[in-house]
Parts: sequence; structure tokens; C-alpha cells
Amino acid sequence: MAKQEKYRSRKVNRLIGNTITYIILILISIIWLFPFVGLILQSFRSYESEFGGMVNYLVPKQFSLDSYRFLFQPENGFLKWYSNTLIIAVFVAVLNTVMVLCVSYALSRMRFAGRTALMKFWLVLGMFPGFLTMICLYFLLKQIGLTQAGAVPGLILISVASSGMGYYVCKGYLDTIPRSLDESARIDGASNARIFLTMILPLAKPIVIYTALVAFMAPWCDYVFASYVAFGYSDGYNVAVALQRWIWTNDYQGYFTRFCAGGVLVAIPVTALFLCLQKYYVEGVTGGAVKG
Amino acid sequence: MGKSGKTSSVGKALKWCGADLKEIGVTFAEGDWKTKLSFVIMGFGPLMRGQILRGVSLLAAEALYIYYMATFGAGYLKDIGTLGTVATHTDTSGIIPVTVYGDNSFFILLYSLLSLFFTAAILFLWRVNIRQNYRAEKLLKEGKKLPTIRQDIQSLLNQHFDKTLLALPCIGVFVFTVLPIAFMICIAFTNYDVNHQSPTNLFTWVGLENFRNLLSIGGSGFGSTFVTVLLWTLVWAFFATFLNYFLGMGVAILINRKGIKFKKLWRTILVMTIAIPQIVSLLYVSKMFAADGLVNGYLLKWGLIKQAIPFWTQAGYARVMIILINVWIGIPYMVLMATGLLMNIPEDLYESARIDGANGFQMFRKITLPYMLFVTGPYLLTSFTGNLNNFNVIYLLSQGGPKSMKLTGGAGYTDLLITWLYKMTVNDTNYRMAAVIGILIFVVTAVISLSVYRLLPSVKDEEGFQ
Repeated sequence: MAKQEKYRSRKVNRLIGNTITYIILILISIIWLFPFVGLILQSFRSYESEFGGMVNYLVPKQFSLDSYRFLFQPENGFLKWYSNTLIIAVFVAVLNTVMVLCVSYALSRMRFAGRTALMKFWLVLGMFPGFLTMICLYFLLKQIGLTQAGAVPGLILISVASSGMGYYVCKGYLDTIPRSLDESARIDGASNARIFLTMILPLAKPIVIYTALVAFMAPWCDYVFASYVAFGYSDGYNVAVALQRWIWTNDYQGYFTRFCAGGVLVAIPVTALFLCLQKYYVEGVTGGAVKG
Repeated sequence: MGKSGKTSSVGKALKWCGADLKEIGVTFAEGDWKTKLSFVIMGFGPLMRGQILRGVSLLAAEALYIYYMATFGAGYLKDIGTLGTVATHTDTSGIIPVTVYGDNSFFILLYSLLSLFFTAAILFLWRVNIRQNYRAEKLLKEGKKLPTIRQDIQSLLNQHFDKTLLALPCIGVFVFTVLPIAFMICIAFTNYDVNHQSPTNLFTWVGLENFRNLLSIGGSGFGSTFVTVLLWTLVWAFFATFLNYFLGMGVAILINRKGIKFKKLWRTILVMTIAIPQIVSLLYVSKMFAADGLVNGYLLKWGLIKQAIPFWTQAGYARVMIILINVWIGIPYMVLMATGLLMNIPEDLYESARIDGANGFQMFRKITLPYMLFVTGPYLLTSFTGNLNNFNVIYLLSQGGPKSMKLTGGAGYTDLLITWLYKMTVNDTNYRMAAVIGILIFVVTAVISLSVYRLLPSVKDEEGFQ
């Protein structure tokens, strides 16, 4: 009897616990999604018949595509900035991944003089803040003509050049691929290049996707270097610079709904890609965290 | 350990140096004329012995170095002591005044550093060149054949594949990270600022003046501002790391609870803040809490407040808001990570604890938490140092504001060291102080990383939790 009662009280407890959990989760979901719902709703507010600035209500009185129409007019520059960002993101995603894979394979699979010294040196270098070198990078780029009109290739160059230093997660993953696998191939006479390209690379697919995804997402947020490198040449800006300017200029009142619409346009491809590849992202984050 | 370990490593280095010098001497004394001539003309030996590829590369390196130094580098290097003496001025001696361009301190410093790096590189190659000769002679004496060009190229894809792989990344890191950092470290010891901008004006070495300025309290000194910003940086990093860590773990435990449905949906909702670029989400949220923003708008409309809450214009509010909004941005990472890790904890641990009569909180404290802390130690460390330099969250939300007359260098009450550095570089062009701040960020990061790394349980005891 007592046992049954205990069992029942446990069941009741669990039911109460689950209900509380559901309530908390629903509250969290509302908090997490509210800003995005607001962003989307306000991007549809009419610029002409209503107001383009900030208002004290969420749902527009009249839905319209005014803000989107503004963005899609080529003379307003947004399309140019959008394509700049897309070009940068694609190149950076591909080239960064190549660099990171090269470094990771060399450090994970090969033993050579200076290996630990190189790793320690890069670790120390990584402790310097990135913005410290901004002016120096600007002048270096200027020397090779990759500022202002050359801002897009210039930005690609500075993202890719030092990307080898971010090898940690990728190397950690390669370390978990059993060495016996490539050792036996080596005995069969396969060269390191062959092992890298035909054995390790296919096995490293999740981490390749993770690396490319992270690299692809970064340029969409990069307004610091983009505004610095393209300084004064508006065709060289990217979307991040535009969004940030629209929000921060004194007449952001007129640009707020345009910011919202621009934000939606930026978020759609990045978010879609991320959600599709979420599985690989989780794998990378979890692996990287444990390895350090 | 510390001191004796250090002396022994110094001793080792000295020994290694001695052995190296001895090898160079022996190579010269016992080498044939080809080797001896290689000491001056790099790659001469390999060329004469038929190792064309190696010989040509070494010779080309030497030729390039000499050409670079003679036509370009030396001209800058000779001015490194002063960073230039002739300022740009207007020559009025003629009929028409002419602007005469003087020395450019910026390029003198930059290219001098480059020349120094090239010199180090050529010394290293010279050493490689001598070892090449030494090895080749030894091989020939033993009656073996020297590797052919074909074998050389093949070895780059096999035994020496690491060199092929690392060549490009290392060059990239050198030009776009090492050289700029070395340059900026030098800038910390110069007076390069708004009044000393090249090419119109010169800047020069000032020793430790900038560091003294940073630590001097009162007047126009940066001391009190530096202390304020540094303390807030540490407080922020502490909260941003640990609040997110524990709240994230809590939410992950909730989602992982038995009997909770739609696990994937909850996670996907949280992950939206990772997926949507921060430039969109943070800027929008920043405006949401503005004086004329949505939150204040509704609160005023419903009559809950009489005046707009100064979320971004009062230091206390702004700091709390930033930490709270960072929870919104930050805990999804932790949730993603913790979900996987929590499932690794063997279920029978909990089962036996339950039989012993442990309640939920006790199980969390005795089983879940120790395991998580053990496994995620390195993550906590990298997340803390990452937060010290978390530019986006601060700058997109508050731009470091609210500003105050009490703070120098354009700093505001939510500025981190990194955003302060950025402002000094971009707004004030106060490069000298920006460089000093950059070096101090490095020092703070390095000290915390090194001291905490040794204490990590997973480093101390790798097998601990198996």
C-alpha cells in the first residue's frame, strides 16, 4: 500500500514538475522570439502613409512593402552592399576552410621540428586584441591598393590571411580520427598528400562544414573593418556598415523601418543556412569546448 | 620548480647554441671549397653538386635580400633611431612656395621592422644553407647519392608535406598579424597621435611616457579612467561567463527532463539568437530599450511609469541591461553544448543516488555539476577571455556609453578595454594610447589564461573522470 502511494506521489510530483517546466520554456521562447517578431512586423510598416521612425506600438496600422521597395532600388546602394557582403562571405568561407584544414592536418598528423613552438607562438599571438592592428592593416592594404575601391578583396585578404591561427576546433576533431587508419595507408605507400586528400578530408566532413559555416557568418557582422577599409567610398561598404549607420545616424527616425527590412533580408539566408547545418554546428561547438 | 626549471632551460638553450656554432665551424673547417664558398654565396655548394632546385632557391633568397636592402630597406632602417628628422614643410626660398615632403615616420618604422624580420629570415636561411652543405658532403662521403629534383618535389608532398601546408598560413600570419603587432608594440613607445600624424608631421620615440600617462591619476592622466574601465571589464567578463554558464546549464537540464516533449523545437527557438547575425539582433534590441523605444513606449502608454527609463543613459542601468541582454545572446551556446554533455552522464549514477534518497538539487550538486565543471573547464576559460574582448555585445548595444566628463579618452561607463581601444583608434586617432591599452589587454589575457590553465582539473588530472 505504502509503496503504491509513494509511486503515486512521485507521479504527481513529476506532473507538477513538467507543468512548471513547460511554463518556463514557453516564457523563455516568448522572450527569445519577441525581438525577431518585432523586427519582422516593423519592417512592414508603411513609410509613406505611416512613419519610418520608431513608434510606441508593435503592429503596424497598415502593412506595406515600402521599406523593401526602397532597399531594392539600385540607386539606394543596398543591393550593392548586399552583393559585396555575399561575395566576401563566400570567398572567406572557402578560403578560410582551406587554410584551417592545411594547418590542422600538419599539426595533427605530422611531427616536425618547431611544431610545439609554432603552436605556442600562435597561442600567444592570439592573446593580442584584433583591433590593435587596425591602422597598420589599413596602411598595408593601402600599399597594395586594396582600400576604398579595392575594399572587397582587401577585406577578404585580411580575413583569410590570419585564419590559420583558428585551427583549434578543427585540429581537435582530426585528433579523434584514429591514427591507425593513416598509418596502414602509409605502410601501403600512400604519401601524406594522398592521405590528406583521400582519407582524412572525407572523414572530416562535419568539421569542414562547421568551419565553413562559422567563416561564412562572420562577414555579415563585420562593420568595424569594413567601414575602416572602405572609408569614404560608399560602394565598398557591406550591409553591416549600412545597418549600423542607419540606426546610429541622427535621422535614424526615418531609417528605422528600413533597418528592420534590411535586417530581415540579411537574416534570412544566414539563418536558413545555419538551421540546415545546425547538426554540424553543435558537433563543432561541443567538441571544441571539451578540447579547449 | 619555477626557478630551477628556468635556469635549466636557459642552460639548454646555451648548450644548443654552442653545439650549433661548433657545427658551423666544423662545416667550414672540414668542408671542401664548394662548401666554403657557400658561406658567402648561398646555395653555391648545392648548385655545384647538381641540386639545382635547392641551390637556386637559396641563391635567389640571398639576391632578393641584398636587392631589397640596397634599394629600399636600408634607407628606412638607418632612420629607425629617430623615425625621421625632416618634417614636411613649405619651402619659401623660391618665387613660388613649394611643399617639400619630409620623412614619413610611419613607413620608416614599418619598413625598418620588415627589414629586421627579413634579416632574421636570411640568417636562418644562411644556417639552413650551411646544414645543406654539411649533409650533402656527408652523404657523398658515405658513397650515397644526393636526392634529385624529382625526389625533392615529391618529398614536399610526403615527408615534408607540413612545409607545403604551413607555408601559406605562416606567411599570412606573419604579414597580417606578426608584423602589425610588432609595429603597434613599437607605437606604444612613440608619440604617434593626432598632433603627430604622418605624413605631415613626424613622430618619434618617447620611451615609457605613454605607460606613465596611463598610470598617472588626476589631471589629464588616464589612470582613474583606466582603473574604471579595467574593473568593469573584469566584472562584465565574470558575469557574462558564469551567469550564462549556469543559466544555460539550467535551461539544458529543463529541456532534457524526462517527459518533456518537442525537445528539438525548444532548442531551435533558443538557437535563433546564434543564427541571426548579431548586427541585426543586437541593434534592434538596443533600440527596443531606447528612450523612445518599444519597451518604454508601452510602459508609458499603460501608465506603469511616468518617465522613460534611462536604460542606456545611466551607467547602472546600462551595465545591468548589457549583462541581461548578453544572457539572451549567450546562453544558447551553452544549451547546445550542455545538451550533448549531459547525455554522457551515466543514468545509473542518478538511479543509485535516487535509491539513496537524494533529491534533485543534491543530485545536481554531487553528480551533474562536478562532471560539467570537469569537462567544460577549458570552455569556461576561453569563454572568459573571449568575453574580456567581447566587442560586439558592448558596442552594438551601448557604444560604450553613457559617456562622462569624469572619464578621459572618450571612454564611457560600459566601455571594455577593447571598445576603448577602438574609440581611441577611430575617433581620437590617439594611436599611442591605443597601443598601450592593446598591450595591457594582452597582459590581462595572458595572466588570466596562464594562471587558470594550470588550475584546470582536466589539465591537472587527465584521467580524472573516466
